[in-house]
Amino acid sequence: MPSRRRLRAHLIQATFVGAVLVLWYVTSTRGMVNPLIVPSLPQVWTEFVIVLTRGLFWPDLRITLFELAIGYAIAASLGCSFGYLVSRTRYGIRAFDPLFAGLAATPVILLYPLYVMFFGIGVGSKIAIGATVGFFPIVLSTIAGFGNIEPLYLKAARSMGASDAQLFRNVLLPAAFPVVLGGLRIGFIITFLSILGAETLTSFSGLGHQIVALGDMMDTAKMYGYIVFVVVIAATLNLTVTALERRARRR
Amino acid sequence: MSAVWQWAKRRPGSARLGAVVLFFLLWELVARTIGDPLFMAAPSEVLAALGPLYNDREVMHAIWTTVWELGLAFALSVVVGLLVGVPIGLHRASHESLFPIVMLLYGIPQITILPLIVLYFGIGPESRVVFGFTHGVFPMIVAIVGGVQSFSALLVTSAKSMGASDAQVFRHVVFPQMVPAFFTGMRLGMSAVLLGVLLAELYSSQGGIGHFTAAYTQTFQPANLFALIATLAAMAILMNEAVRRAEIRSSRWRA
Repeated sequence: MPSRRRLRAHLIQATFVGAVLVLWYVTSTRGMVNPLIVPSLPQVWTEFVIVLTRGLFWPDLRITLFELAIGYAIAASLGCSFGYLVSRTRYGIRAFDPLFAGLAATPVILLYPLYVMFFGIGVGSKIAIGATVGFFPIVLSTIAGFGNIEPLYLKAARSMGASDAQLFRNVLLPAAFPVVLGGLRIGFIITFLSILGAETLTSFSGLGHQIVALGDMMDTAKMYGYIVFVVVIAATLNLTVTALERRARRR
Repeated sequence: MSAVWQWAKRRPGSARLGAVVLFFLLWELVARTIGDPLFMAAPSEVLAALGPLYNDREVMHAIWTTVWELGLAFALSVVVGLLVGVPIGLHRASHESLFPIVMLLYGIPQITILPLIVLYFGIGPESRVVFGFTHGVFPMIVAIVGGVQSFSALLVTSAKSMGASDAQVFRHVVFPQMVPAFFTGMRLGMSAVLLGVLLAELYSSQGGIGHFTAAYTQTFQPANLFALIATLAAMAILMNEAVRRAEIRSSRWRA
């Protein structure tokens, strides 16, 4: 019976999460672990609620979202236009697709110290690293999307007298759109993550920085609360773009 | 001239190489003319800085430490990925119940827990290995689970109906199907391990690579900074390329 099997699966999942929470609760409230390293569960919950209700997160959240918006806009526009240009010829694809694929696999975060030198320790270096990291999945998916269109469609449209603009609007775009969308979603997520990472490394503002700052002050309970908050923000962003993608796909 | 043109036209690799060369030429030009020497080093200066950098005992020590951190984190990811991935993928019940837990953990943005990892494991190599491992193990598990599942159920049923034991099914049906997924997982795991270890290296400015990048930035030695980063980037590209080659070779038999 599938419903009974699903029930059992959910039961095991709930047991796992519950067991972790109980273990955390028991060890941290009974003094079995150093409270400076693992603060007690109720304390973390209190701090999380304080972070949420007092709105202390606003300045950091605003900065991170600002960096994300600019960085992603750069990544998306450059990625789509480069990808489109490269995809126009078979030669372009064979020449540049491996280059972008190779660069996409290298840890771009290595360049971060250079970016700090060029763009400063403020928002500039975060925008730049986010734009660089987000560029690659977007350019790769744009090349894949526009590069793998059934040639027959193009020939048919051409023979029926479609202009360049009509061809783009009615054939190329609908065919490539789903693939490009996937790249745009992945690009968004990793832009966000690399901006968070950059803020964690060298920064004086933003969500990532706040986590490190609380850790440096040994305010671990608040740091855990803040981590929970950032995880919630990340999950929200993730669900939002996934929903947006699904919606755009359906049209 | 036209012969060169014809030759380049037949080889897309030449355009790729040309673009890379052009990039470095432009960089050299900008660095020599309008670039601020406090922040920017020309490629020629970076090349010249490599020699002295490699003769610096402490820098070499940091680089070698990073290499074995990467190796250890990668090995751990592969082994644990297999140990967790195979049992989860093999049975429907374990897949339905445990795989969502894996995905839940995978979904947590790991960078947020980097300060925690440093808190638990200190600022030494241990925390970097652990952070690399937590990055690498999830793509590995996901690929292995996918690989174990991708074999057709028909093959398993027929093997079982002919009286194969679980071990025999694994050895003769599941395992051969799993090999390509295993290498795909290694490739994805490798780039994740690189990200995790290098992030953690850069995070702590007390020792390791992060110490030198911070020191070179603060004392305005861009040539050294570029040279160190170029070395690590070259290492990363080599490691990625090695697993990618292995992946291509492993899946050739299917084509």
